[in-house]
Amino acid sequence: MTFSTTPLSPELVSQNGNVMVLSMGPQHPSTHGVLQIMLEIEGENVVKAEPEIGYLHTGIEKSAENLFWSQAQTVVERMDYLAPLSNALCYVLGVERLLGVADAIPERARQVRVLFAELTRIASHCVWLGTHGIDLGALSVFFYCFDLRENILDLQEATGGARMHPNYFRIGGLNGDLPDGFTERLDALIAKFPGRMKELRTLLVGNPIVQDRTIGVGALSREDALAWNVTGPSLRASGIAYDVRKAFPYCGYENYRFDVPARSEGDAYARFLVRLDEMDESMRIVEQVRKALRPGPVMTDDTKIFQPPKETIALSMEALIHHFKIVSEGFRVPPGDVYQAVEGPRGELAFYIVSDGGNRPYRIRTRPPSMYNLQALKGLAPGNLIADLVVMIGSLDPVFGEVDR
Amino acid sequence: MEMSPGQFLLARVDDVVRWAQSSSVWPLTMGLACCAIEMMTATSAEYDIARLGSEVFRPSPRQADLMIVSGRVSQKMAPVVKRLYDQMADPKWVISMGACASSGGVFDNYAIVQGVDTVVPVDVYVPGCPPTPDGLLYAVNLIQQQIREGGRGGLLARA
Repeated sequence: MTFSTTPLSPELVSQNGNVMVLSMGPQHPSTHGVLQIMLEIEGENVVKAEPEIGYLHTGIEKSAENLFWSQAQTVVERMDYLAPLSNALCYVLGVERLLGVADAIPERARQVRVLFAELTRIASHCVWLGTHGIDLGALSVFFYCFDLRENILDLQEATGGARMHPNYFRIGGLNGDLPDGFTERLDALIAKFPGRMKELRTLLVGNPIVQDRTIGVGALSREDALAWNVTGPSLRASGIAYDVRKAFPYCGYENYRFDVPARSEGDAYARFLVRLDEMDESMRIVEQVRKALRPGPVMTDDTKIFQPPKETIALSMEALIHHFKIVSEGFRVPPGDVYQAVEGPRGELAFYIVSDGGNRPYRIRTRPPSMYNLQALKGLAPGNLIADLVVMIGSLDPVFGEVDR
Repeated sequence: MEMSPGQFLLARVDDVVRWAQSSSVWPLTMGLACCAIEMMTATSAEYDIARLGSEVFRPSPRQADLMIVSGRVSQKMAPVVKRLYDQMADPKWVISMGACASSGGVFDNYAIVQGVDTVVPVDVYVPGCPPTPDGLLYAVNLIQQQIREGGRGGLLARA
């Protein structure tokens, strides 16, 4: 088998006087995925850091162009694998706007979407906190965080059958109602959450080792954050409380009361505190959704985009035809383009979707928050120790499925 | 193995070596994509891969016995995977975790290697997208069984 690219040596690349060029990654426990950073170092100090991305390039945008509108959601979900439901939400909202059915989505479906978007944010921050803890040398945090995440994955599994990529959101609503016993399990999670957060805060906030490793490390000024196009918790830690949920509400976020945590220091510790506060705010929204949930339909009754109920197929000729058409050739979306943004766990996640009127997307362009956030690393790293670089990568929380797509 | 009346443990060297080897299969820290998160979950309290003696994830290929290819392998990553495999000391085993690593999965396109077995020899394939941590634990079990039975790759492997 032949490969077109020659990889750089994972070991020492070259040495010139006191400056050594070293390749960190793509297989490295602290780069949170397949990131390679070409480091110019003088002793332990970083002179220059050049991130090299693309080791997980999957061609998701191209693959989506060859799939039906509803099938493309499958590959889109696999982009940000820590928060697949945020990706799915953004995609279905965009396609629904193109279809012109955005207002016809039943209330219960919108509520459940918000519920899972927030749960997935908590699950994603759990993985971030667990791995960031390992980077800082606090191994036990990982076990606490993954225990909490496990409860959320159980809920996802109950709805879609898969733990990580349940494909539960559909264009037009949801794939079926919440299963029996779901609300009881959700209540158990809501009851457990504050105690677990208290434990995590006791472990970490005010911990002198965590403070030593993170305060003043990787400080991103307000101006730099804007210049590098940073969004999400990393931007909010630099003093700008921009949140897509507040600025451009979608899916009924305007109906829920929540705060946007922000700090002004801009360093790794500020980003850490902002994410912890965000987990609490997400749970606040989950509680409000839980209270507001009422029985009702979860799918639009537009049979042009969603299969008619199974029991009607044997009775109605029209239902049979719709079913056949949707299964064999999908549905068509009117020509046009749309930019849909949502607040993912890492920042402003958006899809620019173009339709040429066919049954497949013409183009899906992603705005992956991780990629823009990761750019800032280039400016942050010089002048710091390699050990601090690890903290910076962890606190920017990149996901490489999304960076490389 | 049998216990003798005088507190001796009699066993064949082969069996003891295979038992020791199969009880400490150390994986390489190499996360690629979605499956890597489930690989991490397998080490968490809920699944606890330590029960199988495989909780020691080694960042250096020189100290690892098992490569878990956890996720889609891009054309750019494939040479790196091959190089890491070559750097691992014998005996070594490979688990292809998930649909993408096993066959390319849903990504049948220009960017993804259609099955990591075109790059490195695979011992156990785990289906799923991503497989559950239980699936991965079962795969490690199968690797252990292979070693105990003297299958491919063990120190005392039968030809």
